[in-house]
Amino acid sequence: MDFRFTDEQLMMGSVLRDLLADLCQPADLRRLMAAGAPRDERRWSAIVEMGVAGALVAETQGGLGLQPVDFVLGAEACGHACLPEPLVENAGVALPLLAALPSEATQPWLAAGLAGETTIAIQHPVNPFVADADTAGALLLVTDHGLHLVPREAVRLTVQPSVDPFRRLFTTDFDPPDWPPLVGPDEADRLLAAALDRGALFAAAQLLGIAQRCVDLAVAYAKERQQFGKPIGSYQAVKHHLATAQVKIEFARPVVHAAAACLPQGDLFSRARISHAKLAAGEAADLAARTAIQVHGAMGYSWEVDVHFFLKRAIALQTWWGTPALHRGRVARRAYTGALGPDATFPMESSHA
Amino acid sequence: MDLTYSAEEKQFRHEVRTWLESNIPAEPLPSFDASREGFEAHRAWERRLDAGRWGMVTWPQAYGGRALNLIQWLIFEEEYYRSGAPLRVNQNGIFLLGPTLMEYGTAEQKARFLPPMAAGDEIWAQAWSEPQAGSDLAGVAASATRVGDTYVLKGHKIWSSRAAFADWAFGLFRTDPGSQRHKGLSLIFFPLTAKGVRVQPIPQIDGETGFAEIFLDDVEVPAFNRLGGEGDGWSICMATAGFERGLMLRSPARFQVAARKLVELYLAHRDAVEPSVEAAVLQGFMDAEAYALSIYSTASRLAAGGQIGAEASTNKIFWSEMDIALHRTALSILGARGELLRTAPAAGDVGKWLDGYFFSLAGPIYAGSNEIQRNIIAERMLGLPRA
Repeated sequence: MDFRFTDEQLMMGSVLRDLLADLCQPADLRRLMAAGAPRDERRWSAIVEMGVAGALVAETQGGLGLQPVDFVLGAEACGHACLPEPLVENAGVALPLLAALPSEATQPWLAAGLAGETTIAIQHPVNPFVADADTAGALLLVTDHGLHLVPREAVRLTVQPSVDPFRRLFTTDFDPPDWPPLVGPDEADRLLAAALDRGALFAAAQLLGIAQRCVDLAVAYAKERQQFGKPIGSYQAVKHHLATAQVKIEFARPVVHAAAACLPQGDLFSRARISHAKLAAGEAADLAARTAIQVHGAMGYSWEVDVHFFLKRAIALQTWWGTPALHRGRVARRAYTGALGPDATFPMESSHA
Repeated sequence: MDLTYSAEEKQFRHEVRTWLESNIPAEPLPSFDASREGFEAHRAWERRLDAGRWGMVTWPQAYGGRALNLIQWLIFEEEYYRSGAPLRVNQNGIFLLGPTLMEYGTAEQKARFLPPMAAGDEIWAQAWSEPQAGSDLAGVAASATRVGDTYVLKGHKIWSSRAAFADWAFGLFRTDPGSQRHKGLSLIFFPLTAKGVRVQPIPQIDGETGFAEIFLDDVEVPAFNRLGGEGDGWSICMATAGFERGLMLRSPARFQVAARKLVELYLAHRDAVEPSVEAAVLQGFMDAEAYALSIYSTASRLAAGGQIGAEASTNKIFWSEMDIALHRTALSILGARGELLRTAPAAGDVGKWLDGYFFSLAGPIYAGSNEIQRNIIAERMLGLPRA
């Protein structure tokens, strides 16, 4: 039992965090927003050069063969930076799903994806839209017949503008007879369940990063902003708001990290822990964003202060990869049918530890 | 990161479980805060634990412990609470004074005080707060005047937990009469049976006497009873408070047991309660898990040589608020039966939830109020300026 990240895992997080500290500041976000472009090409190239697209794809398939727990700090860093580009969805969810499909049809796309030459967008029954479909090379689409891999050119996309200026959402339409499913509905369900676990876990990690960023922004402002001759951060009313938000974060973080470590179990317990992580990180992000707005006062309600970028990403991710109701249902199944109590902190179905 | 137990850890769990199963009292003991009889029944349990070397498991072997690491300690606590073993009347000694004595005491002091503490022969109360020194503990006015090889203690302590029936107390006294605030304070031990000591139990919200006032009227104790240097009381006291707020005083197992009982209670009454209760039940379950995971994370870090920081404060806020929520939710499930005392003929098991609810209301107050904890988090963790 050792609930600590290894040096390599910490390094993975800090490399991405440092890169985004250079290339993904709020000023960069505003520049991208003004340009109306889907991506910042300089930043995306730098991310591609890191070679993390294949992080969760097996080494035998050309990936890095890492586990979710190796990638979770990176996802946190993406949330903390409010990264517009689809690193987390592509590397964390879509490419591992693509790699699990029969290789004849997927091989060229997987190779291009691992090389960072293209991205794959993913449709999932829990998400009403497909994110980043317009910049993807191909889409994984779901019908009653199974999972289809369809080049973007063959998909009719209807843009669905999001409150988050950096989320690119679409509804999709394609002609299934032209693109027969690569796997049937039963196998699709299995793969989509695994994708939901990864999607929810990495959404939780991003929400955790967003939550901490909101507190960081508010703390910085509270140290500077003076009222009644003192920084507002010296007043208890402000301190206690921020401390309360930080407590939420402190008790979401270990859940997210434990969820990442247990994801490969793929059982009742790991699924519930991922759902718990999503719920806890979502609530932390919600409280931290609202607290940051309150601490900024009227400025917090302005377009000029950066907090709203994080508020909007938090709103989006709280229901992306499963609504709170869906995740609470998964926690309920575990609580009502699985072992409970102090000796059941790290349970798994496959052994009676 | 490895969130599985090793073979040794599993074996250790088995060993603890086996011992507890054959040793815990057949009947629940009466409360140690309600009567002398209950207190002595718990003392007997402490002696039994000590005889099995299960009393002070994190202490070094030289003092009757097993020198467990923090992960083993968590396993021990999980099994302890799982078994339904009695609450620890000795916890001021185990978690507060014991570790402080080991860090600051002389060899003679350790030899004098630790063995009877471990054996349950001397059970300790704490005597820090005073009527005018609560959250602002540095306002301590009780004095200790040095006369030759003795100190003469004078003053009024309050909110001293376990003092109604305990044998000894450790308290903060002003040894330098001209000093102010944090300076000039010393940590001194005194027997609660000494001449000049008067203990006045304070009935609590639930009618029990978990704490008391202590009046000290020229109480003579040997200078040997001072822990650390004269004037070092504040820094030692803060170290002790660190232990108290820190990892050890509120092990997650306690809340996991409460959460398990809450889920069971909910499932038994599911059809009779309004739908919104379910979210609160699940929140209670998740919060207990989150607290356990957080403690495992901290324990792993400390085991690798890290230091405890402001998480002592975040922990305290989290568990105290969780404890209230767990019990409030249970009372909402019980409906009109929730108000029944344990002694009511129709109460069955119900009364325990009301007891627990009252006890939970003290959580955000004692061991440093949650308002003070939020100040600590804001200043030491977030770096906000002091007022």
